[in-house]
Amino acid sequence: MNLDMLMYLIPSLIMFACGVFGFITRRNLIAILISLELMLNAVDLNFVIFNRFLFPGELEGMFFTLFSIGIAAAETALAIAIIINIFRAVKNVDVKEITKLKF
Amino acid sequence: MNLDYSQFFAMRMELLVLAVFLIVFLFDTFASDKGRKATTPLAIICFGLATVAGFFCCGDAVTAFNGMYETSPVISTVKCILNIGAFIVLLQAVNWVDSEDGAIRRGEFFELLFVTLFGMYLMISARHFLLFIIGLESASLPLAAMVAFNKNKYESHEAAVKYIFTAVFSSAIFMMGLSFVYALSGGSLYFSDIADMIATQPNSVMLITALSFVIAGFGFKLSLVPFHLWTADTYQGAPTSVTSYLSVISKGSAAFAFLVVLCQVFGSVYSDVWEWMMYALIILTITVGNLFAIRQRNMKRFMAFSSVSQAGYIMLGIIAANVLGMTSMIFYILVYIFSNLGVFGVIQAIENKTGLVSMDDYKGLHKTNPWLSFAMTLAVFSLAGIPPFAGFFSKILIFTSVTEHESTALYVLVLIALINTIISLYYYLLVVKAMWISPDEPVVPSFRSSCIERFALWICTLGIVLLGIISCVYGTIYCVSDQAAANGFFASLL
Repeated sequence: MNLDMLMYLIPSLIMFACGVFGFITRRNLIAILISLELMLNAVDLNFVIFNRFLFPGELEGMFFTLFSIGIAAAETALAIAIIINIFRAVKNVDVKEITKLKF
Repeated sequence: MNLDYSQFFAMRMELLVLAVFLIVFLFDTFASDKGRKATTPLAIICFGLATVAGFFCCGDAVTAFNGMYETSPVISTVKCILNIGAFIVLLQAVNWVDSEDGAIRRGEFFELLFVTLFGMYLMISARHFLLFIIGLESASLPLAAMVAFNKNKYESHEAAVKYIFTAVFSSAIFMMGLSFVYALSGGSLYFSDIADMIATQPNSVMLITALSFVIAGFGFKLSLVPFHLWTADTYQGAPTSVTSYLSVISKGSAAFAFLVVLCQVFGSVYSDVWEWMMYALIILTITVGNLFAIRQRNMKRFMAFSSVSQAGYIMLGIIAANVLGMTSMIFYILVYIFSNLGVFGVIQAIENKTGLVSMDDYKGLHKTNPWLSFAMTLAVFSLAGIPPFAGFFSKILIFTSVTEHESTALYVLVLIALINTIISLYYYLLVVKAMWISPDEPVVPSFRSSCIERFALWICTLGIVLLGIISCVYGTIYCVSDQAAANGFFASLL
């Protein structure tokens, strides 16, 4: 593994770790959604880095990234729609308020 | 580059579902407000025809689009089984969809359901990870919209937010694993190319990390313990029709796709790595699912934990990783569809009439609704695995397939699964006890469920009683699985 690739990989892995950490610790639904976006973008970055440095002649990683960006957008739209519904019901987007279904 | 359009003919199962989707979508968009009432019968009749047509579409093993897409008799069989399950779900959903809750967006329910089914078919048939991800996402994203379908009920939204966050989280983890697999694969995302590269390399840390990420991603979809935490909440909050769809069709298709990915991509690290990961997951899933089911009083939550432990039993077919394992897994899914939909049919019939879903409300049900109690009892017996019913045969076959390896560890696994069957008997019989033995006065008044609900329950009951006895069903599944194995399904397994 060459040093150049490592320099790019480390930020993407940090991004992924931040996303997982945020997903677990944040208490606001929108913040959780942002953390999820961080994770998905870290995946995209990973694909591009591997494609660029390991297989410069191929394009599959790039195409995967393109599709994955589209999928991430769809996910965000859907999640926001559901969060808006929640907000209409409880006037809040705090995880602590969404505890009706438990045990 | 010229595209050979005849390749699309290989995708005829998908195209059938797509055609039904388009018909329902166009009708729902352009029909007058009065005419929209006809959406329900139209969707059911079209999908019923597609289900029947599906049985005549099972062709030979074909690959299309440079090997991105593959269909074979075993894949078509799985799709036919899913078709039957989805058809029963549709029949059971009719009353709810035509009620006040659903009637405004009646068409959307059917459209979303067909899109998810289409995604599941793509996921099962994909032999390239890009197509696989597209299938996976188009199976799981519309499901979140379906979970949030009851616009006036807050629980529905809470369930949906929990479902969408875990679904996105799991697919992010899955795709992270995939990016590591891509780094190892020599620049290709085809299943076969990746398998070849993995077979030639020594086991690296990267491969094991990638594999555990992939298994975790699937674990979320299949609600294996410790990735099961969303299951109970989502199942309880979602409309009951969607819950039944989630618990049988979504789970069945994901289980088969899991088998394909583990055997065809990671086959060469079977005994080194993933056999033991699955070993731990199965023991945890079956045990924790059973223990948590004991304390549930809400029927939908109860069925959620029951389906967690049933998913553990289905995974036994994956850890067996041989022809018998594949056969018994498909057979288990088929039987599970009939038994689980039997239970959900009764839950739904009672919920539609009275709105009651607690197990305490089922006390003395046999005095007022003997036929519903009877159908529920048969379905629960089948889930628990009591002999004359199909559930017994599917359990015994899946245990047999695991013991075929003759390794001590797998014998222990079967023993643990057997002990868990006895635990599960306890809580399944709690329902039966409430219905038949409890001396309390019945809560649910006597009612006659609608014709179509009774028809769906009859199909389920017939399936439960006959599937185990009529051996040609199992024989057919064995035949097609054997053919898949002869075509090299398990070829890279080590």
